[in-house]
Amino acid sequence: MDIKDIIKPENKVYGKTPLLTDAVMHYCPGCTHGVVHKIIAEVIEEMGIQDKTIGISPVGCAVLAYNYLDIDWEQAAHGRAPALATATKRLNPDKYVFTYQGDGDLASIGAGEVMHACNRGENIVIIFINNAIYGMTGGQMAPTTLLGQVTATTPYGRNAELNGYPLKITELLAQLDGTCYVTRQSAQTPAAVRKTKKAIRKAFENSMMNKGTSFVEVVGTCNSGWKLSPVKANKWMEENMFPFYPLGDMKDR
Amino acid sequence: MAEKILMKGNEAVAHGAIRCGADGYFGYPITPQSEVMETLMEEKPWETTGMVVLQAESETASINMVYGGACTGKKVMTSSSSLGISLMAEGLSYLAGAELPCVVVNVMRGGPGLGTIQPGQADYFQAVKGGGHGDYKMIVLAPASAQDMYDFVDTAFELAFKYRTPAMILSDGVIGQMMEKVELRPIKPRRTNEQIIEQCGEWALTGKTADRKRNLITSLALDPNVMSAHNIELQKKYKTIMENEQQYTTYKTEDAEYLIVAYGSMSRIAESVVDTARENGIKLGVLRPITLFPYPEKALESLIPQLKKILVVEMSAGQMVEDVKLVVNGRVPVEFYGKCGGLIPSPDDVYEAFEKILK
Ligand SMILES: Cc1ncc(C[n+]2csc(CCOP(=O)(O)OP(=O)(O)O)c2C)c(N)n1
Repeated sequence: MDIKDIIKPENKVYGKTPLLTDAVMHYCPGCTHGVVHKIIAEVIEEMGIQDKTIGISPVGCAVLAYNYLDIDWEQAAHGRAPALATATKRLNPDKYVFTYQGDGDLASIGAGEVMHACNRGENIVIIFINNAIYGMTGGQMAPTTLLGQVTATTPYGRNAELNGYPLKITELLAQLDGTCYVTRQSAQTPAAVRKTKKAIRKAFENSMMNKGTSFVEVVGTCNSGWKLSPVKANKWMEENMFPFYPLGDMKDR
Repeated sequence: MAEKILMKGNEAVAHGAIRCGADGYFGYPITPQSEVMETLMEEKPWETTGMVVLQAESETASINMVYGGACTGKKVMTSSSSLGISLMAEGLSYLAGAELPCVVVNVMRGGPGLGTIQPGQADYFQAVKGGGHGDYKMIVLAPASAQDMYDFVDTAFELAFKYRTPAMILSDGVIGQMMEKVELRPIKPRRTNEQIIEQCGEWALTGKTADRKRNLITSLALDPNVMSAHNIELQKKYKTIMENEQQYTTYKTEDAEYLIVAYGSMSRIAESVVDTARENGIKLGVLRPITLFPYPEKALESLIPQLKKILVVEMSAGQMVEDVKLVVNGRVPVEFYGKCGGLIPSPDDVYEAFEKILK
């Protein structure tokens, strides 16, 4: 049988959502960003809200996310996406507004903005990719870098005395009265992808119900930063990241 | 008769914003401009015009909220004073780079550092020459009365949208705190979503519909050729603004042999100095730039042939004087008088300084 005989509409089991553009992604093989982009694109398509969604990405590896999702998009300064989202949503309450932020962006330089947006209970979605490292600038320590983890700025491993402790910002945000849904997910297996997709969909739905801020952390890998192959990076994540950053819902009201 | 109400310059900004159809204000308290947000909160425009007012957690957040609102084609603004504006520098550069319209009010106080809560004009360089990084300009308007504070909010929005660029109202603590009668202009309703799409649909984020390509607001271009082309376009725009938008007023310059150049509160002092000089038979006049960028070069240029000397007066160690010297280019002596650090030159101080340059 020729391959052409198999490519038929009735045999189709999966398709790429048109919300995801055909641009070639710049992400390294094995990177979590691309997977989460696809999940978001699918959620937007399934909810039929392309014309009502505004995405916001600050700097970080995902600064070019706008090349991959076919929706209106704001590119923000480092750490400031929740401030942009605050105004975008308050001035356009009929829109679904989400930010897409890395750990350096959200938990370090932007810790103030995310804390206050969540505390005000802005009706936005915050998607937080925690890869425990600064990917874009070449693998420096992030606030979420684990103790002992080697990065470009912790060449002997993160040391609490010198560098402080890894920051569980998601747990912090779950304490705030303004957040309605806070969850930590991952995207390294089909099952994990399905759970993350459910979480992101719920977050989008929440944002139209005046319930407050929905926050979805996705623990991910940075193969280049971690200097591990994709398969080994997933294993390292499961063995080292998950015990410190346990998966699951922290808050759902 | 149009309604006239006694109010502070800062309060006039708030009323001007509500009545010119602003969609949002985002700010952080700082003296001497806190009355802007206080007045807005008291007026509760969200119940009348639908204008959003929010106290942000910092000036960094305020300017980025302005960015987030401006992305959607809304008329958004913030206000602050000196050090708060320094904190906004990154955001202002992003706004200019992404070609977003907005209005930023700086009610200047004396610096540097935490400085003083007393008035100053030492942020001229920051406002006119950049402040943030990169080759960019903002339109800069300098009010000299509470009425100007009211009117310039509308003017600044008009210019900001005309050129898709941030516009700053560069005021000072004197003008912000001073109480004067202000005429309330007719109310301009906020634009409807349809009107926003009509005006800004080409670029604003109003939701990607089937009939258009998605819109993107970014100041990033990794390819230097693209970034360079963008810079060339920006410079072209600034040149057009230079050509078309210079604004100024003059006071008794027709026969003037001497000229004081001063903006904002200092132009008011300069005018009273002119009256004293005229009583003493000296032909003195005032040129008051209203736009600091674009600088009113044409007006200054046209006065040069009749002048013997120019005195520039500022509440700074001498900043705008550099722009005057650039235009004059050595043809007439340009002298400077200023006080800084929160001291306000009195008419007597300025007259004395003027008498010195007469000798
Ligand atoms: C004000 C400012 N400081 C520093 C940078 C440089 N910078 C760009 S991305 C980045 C870190 C991004 O790391 P993260 O948020 O974890 O995202 P990732 O790249 O890992 O996805 C830094 C420090 C910047 N663009 N702006």
